[in-house]
Amino acid sequence: MDFVWFHKLGVPRHFYRLALRLSPWFAALAAVLFAAGLWQGLFVAPPDYQQGESYRIMFVHVPSAWMSMFTWVFMAAMAVVVLVWRIKVPESMMRAAAPLGATFTFLALATGSLWGKPMWGTYWQWDARLTSELILLFLYLGFIALQAAIEDRRAAARAGAILALVGLINIPIIHYSVEWWNTLHQGPTVTKFDQPSITWEMGRPLLLMALAFKAYFVAVLLVRTRCDILEAETGSAWVGELATGERTR
Amino acid sequence: MDWGNFFAMGGYAAFVWPSYGIAALLLAINAIVPWRRERALRARLRDRQPGARS
Repeated sequence: MDFVWFHKLGVPRHFYRLALRLSPWFAALAAVLFAAGLWQGLFVAPPDYQQGESYRIMFVHVPSAWMSMFTWVFMAAMAVVVLVWRIKVPESMMRAAAPLGATFTFLALATGSLWGKPMWGTYWQWDARLTSELILLFLYLGFIALQAAIEDRRAAARAGAILALVGLINIPIIHYSVEWWNTLHQGPTVTKFDQPSITWEMGRPLLLMALAFKAYFVAVLLVRTRCDILEAETGSAWVGELATGERTR
Repeated sequence: MDWGNFFAMGGYAAFVWPSYGIAALLLAINAIVPWRRERALRARLRDRQPGARS
């Protein structure tokens, strides 16, 4: 079996070149999916029989909430690689994901709040789902602060990796909070194992928006990772070549 | 189609549009900031190379 390409991904120089080539494709994919998702979500999907037009907030709220949890799981996966194999590229990817995760979490909370006001009569309630999601936001901010506080990049990455793994405990708490505790928040309608209780006309824009958020995540993650690699590798030969190569172009 | 009706969002305009607005704004900022940072980083690296115009 040929795993050379996989090993090459761990080399900052190779990863940088690959990321440079891939990010425009993911950005374009995200743009197309956002356009399709917004069209379907705002113009095609019918109003909800209970919530009227207000339910359209779902098309940004639910993908944000999913991505807020996905991003932390992604960081935890990178954390395992960082702690076990001590490779630099996953360190950069983990660091690059944190601001994105914080953004998704903030969006989930903000749009949820704007949805809660007309439906529940309140912007905020200290219930299990909302509180655990707020804790996730603090975890992201803590991770970002930790990276800024430790001078040595590699030491900062290891400390961050431990935080990413410890914080992972919050993810199942968020997911199951609506089942374990009485909460204002509704139970899952899409990620049920038997039959999702959502019609396809509403499910389709939701799926498109979720994929759009995912493609957006990959595109921005690649750019952020490149920045992190450039900062970490300043002064190395290949970065010098990259710079001079660009000069002569 | 009736655009007035569309923007009214069945009376929920004050909740629906800010949701989409804040999402669009934050996602745009999150994409533009690192993109510009990489360009600035590469420009700085270029200037630091031997033979670069000062």
